Amino acid sequence: MRYLPLTPADRQDMLQRIGVSSIDQLFTDVPEAARLDGPVGLPAYQTELQVERALSKLAGENTAASSVPFFVGAGAYKHHVPATVDHLIQRSEFLTAYTPYQPEISQGTLQTLFEFQTQVALMTGMDVANASMYDGSTACAEAVLMAARVTKRKKAVLAGSLHPHYAETTRTSAKYLDIDIASTDPDPGGLSGIAEAIDDETACVVIQTPDVFGRLHDLTDISEKAHAHGALVIAVFTEPVSLGLVKSPGEMGADIAVGEGQGIGVGLNFGGPYVGLFACKNDRNFIRNLPGRLAGETVDADGRRGYVLTLSTREQHIRRDKATSNICTNSGLCALAFTIHMTLLGEKGLTTLAQLNHETACDLADRLGAIEGVDLLTDTFFNEFALRLTRPAADVVDALVDKGVLGGVPASRLYPGGGLDDVLIVAATETNTPEDLAAFETALREVLA
Amino acid sequence: MSMNTQGRPTRIEHDIDPGGYETLSGSRGLDQAEPLLFERGSLDVSGVDLPTPKGGPNRLGGMKREGPIGLPGLAEPEAMRHYVRLSRKNYAIDLGLYPLGSCTMKHNPRLNEKMARLPGFADIHPLQPEKTVQGAYKLIEELAHWLMVLTNTPAVAMSPKAGAHGELCGMMAIRAALDARGETGRRRVLVPESAHGTNPATAVQCGFFTDEIPADKTGRVDMEAFKAKLGDDVAGIMLTNPNTCGLFERDIKEIADLIHEAGGYFYCDGANFNAIVGRVRPGDLGIDAMHINLHKTFSTPHGGGGPGSGPTVFSEALAPFAPLPFVVKTADGAELKMAENLSDVDGSGARPFGRLTAFHGQMGMFTRALTYMMSHGSDGLKQASEDAVLNANYILARLKDVMTPAFEGTCMHEALFDDRFLKDTGVTTLDFAKAMIDEGYHPMTMYFPLVVHGAMLIEPTETESKSGLDRFCDVLLGLAEAASAGEADRFKAAPIHAPMRRLDETRAARQPVLRWTPTADDLQAAE
Repeated sequence: MRYLPLTPADRQDMLQRIGVSSIDQLFTDVPEAARLDGPVGLPAYQTELQVERALSKLAGENTAASSVPFFVGAGAYKHHVPATVDHLIQRSEFLTAYTPYQPEISQGTLQTLFEFQTQVALMTGMDVANASMYDGSTACAEAVLMAARVTKRKKAVLAGSLHPHYAETTRTSAKYLDIDIASTDPDPGGLSGIAEAIDDETACVVIQTPDVFGRLHDLTDISEKAHAHGALVIAVFTEPVSLGLVKSPGEMGADIAVGEGQGIGVGLNFGGPYVGLFACKNDRNFIRNLPGRLAGETVDADGRRGYVLTLSTREQHIRRDKATSNICTNSGLCALAFTIHMTLLGEKGLTTLAQLNHETACDLADRLGAIEGVDLLTDTFFNEFALRLTRPAADVVDALVDKGVLGGVPASRLYPGGGLDDVLIVAATETNTPEDLAAFETALREVLA
Repeated sequence: MSMNTQGRPTRIEHDIDPGGYETLSGSRGLDQAEPLLFERGSLDVSGVDLPTPKGGPNRLGGMKREGPIGLPGLAEPEAMRHYVRLSRKNYAIDLGLYPLGSCTMKHNPRLNEKMARLPGFADIHPLQPEKTVQGAYKLIEELAHWLMVLTNTPAVAMSPKAGAHGELCGMMAIRAALDARGETGRRRVLVPESAHGTNPATAVQCGFFTDEIPADKTGRVDMEAFKAKLGDDVAGIMLTNPNTCGLFERDIKEIADLIHEAGGYFYCDGANFNAIVGRVRPGDLGIDAMHINLHKTFSTPHGGGGPGSGPTVFSEALAPFAPLPFVVKTADGAELKMAENLSDVDGSGARPFGRLTAFHGQMGMFTRALTYMMSHGSDGLKQASEDAVLNANYILARLKDVMTPAFEGTCMHEALFDDRFLKDTGVTTLDFAKAMIDEGYHPMTMYFPLVVHGAMLIEPTETESKSGLDRFCDVLLGLAEAASAGEADRFKAAPIHAPMRRLDETRAARQPVLRWTPTADDLQAAE
């Protein structure tokens, strides 16, 4: 019990000071029938070495992304994270702090959140951002609920090429609030049907760019149409690195921009923890309808600039059943990792990183698109694209594993029964070497031959 | 300079009031002032080395960004200093006792961190081929097993990303179960006054409305009021146990029976599960759903406010409605797979209410929590709960004659006081908390739960030593004495030894400044 400082003698002394004779007497409020007698039926403690061995064995049964040519994306991306990032987030004062409820001794967390909010607002071309959400999918769902609150309308239109997990998360969040969620068909080729779906009852349209097939969309025209009908445009992204190279949601007229921040500073982690980004215009009472935490600037009693959590009157601990959302946390440590990585990159580094991602993906698209029986479905993309194969993509991916290549996500995994069985979604990043690209090309040729 | 008998210097005589002047830099020795990165960085500086891009044609289809973003960078040494300096302005559990009631700030073992960073867990993708992540699925299954055994429940949803997300998971399952029964009239959810604010907010997000139950004189659910509220429009109850007053709800079995008889479900907020692990199994109490804050009970670090993780356990009645995705065996039983879609569970009897998030939940937190559980084992987890309860009762015993306990009797893992002992001193609960900062402690939770006037909720956790608790109690007793002795001015001025003095929270809310924006001078300098 190396984490427990009390000695048996301490426990005796303390029980005596409390005035009871045994620990059981502290549990007398627990009804007899609810008490557990005897052991709970789980293994006994293990030493540090034993635990390390057991978990290392489990970890060893997985194929780490860095150990193979790796091209899996569709919502989470393999990027290199500088060593400094992990060192800094493991500093005790960041890692083991709580929510900054006492601002005088939490300025480290609060200032970095303020920096995070500013970076996210700048990257998305928005006026303000919050202090992060659980992940991109829940940020997307909260954005739709916010649009419904702001417009007082109950209809949302989702693009079919919005990541299906994001669409399902949004449907779940809205299903008991009588918000009607319509969705266009998934279309690796474009955004068909979206413009036609907007009418005067539409609260928002939700479009991902780059979308789940990797395709980039210019939202300018859709934004104009949506605004003419009084609807909001929610731009979604799953790859934050793309914002270093492509037009921001704000430039294209979006009102709310939400997305996954994992690609900057946060590892793959098998799906979590990630960091949801949430930004919006400073318009139509948006700020008071924002879900989640916000850090704000103020001064202390000596007039020195400092930061606090603010506008908490929107939140559950004040408004309870009238709160903007039930969320009471953020993804603080991941937001910190994002901010540190972003600070190391700076504009220059982000732009270069984005360019490298794009060039690597273009090279890969050229190589794979030239293989007989492979059709490149995505003509405009950032670092991810879709291919149509002559065989079910799931089988191809499976066969590629045996050749030591993790070659993307079969669209059928995201759209079962969606008629996209022969579509493969492939991502490339700065971590892919020319040798990786060659290995993928060779392996795919062999599998399709 | 005077010397004591050991020859060590004891005091430097000087004429200057140490707090009486501002330094030129704004720093105070090791407490170094740190500007925002936007005021120190530059658009053409980067702290990473990347290869030079080739340039040339692109496939961005005319969607290339044209203008600058405005994101400054810092070279690596500068970035290191910026964030190390900022980190030093934070209190943390590794620096001292962090007695925030209801928040459970226990020691965060570094073995957890090391295991979560194994490439086989940290560097795998949620959608990579399933045969390449069997170890990860096994870890999720193993953790799920521990959670089900500790709670004596037959099912657990692993995907909720935080405690409040777990509440949403549980209440959505309740809503789905009622809908499956065709009970469209059951929309009232009973919530005790002392509930976490997330409870009512969660109920509303599931299309319910809430009805408050008052607390009785002992700090527990008023049973008469509860019984009076039962009816055929009741969807269920959301009850925290141990509750936010730090007390075990003695009537919990009766509450469970009555809510079930009335046709409703019992949601238990498991935020305080850390008090009873190994001694009480919530499944034995008749709960239908309960989230478990892995960060609180199983020591994953809070990281300045997240990420959390909130797996939710279910009774037989609600188990079929658990959300996607979840781990199942493949048809031949040889491997594990993730059931991602409705088509994956056809014919299994599962009727998932939907999906709460992309991917599978907080894998990084799962690894940390399982590491902690294995390091304790069955007996160790029980000992941890017992020590948490012992420590809280020890604080209660040491302080109760001076500070005023909110309720009589023993407590569970946290001790609740109110502000009666500060009456007529001119010192508020907030002043008292800020004075604790000057003494080197993070304050306790204040003004919560709402049912107690001027509440002060102290949760020491099991990872504090007796001597550490004694020092803490001595300080609180000393402060209470100073307040009684009429030293209100000192409390009003506090904190004076923190990186900042008291911050103006009203101003922050009235004139929100939520991001840095360049001033006219900055813009001119940039040109």
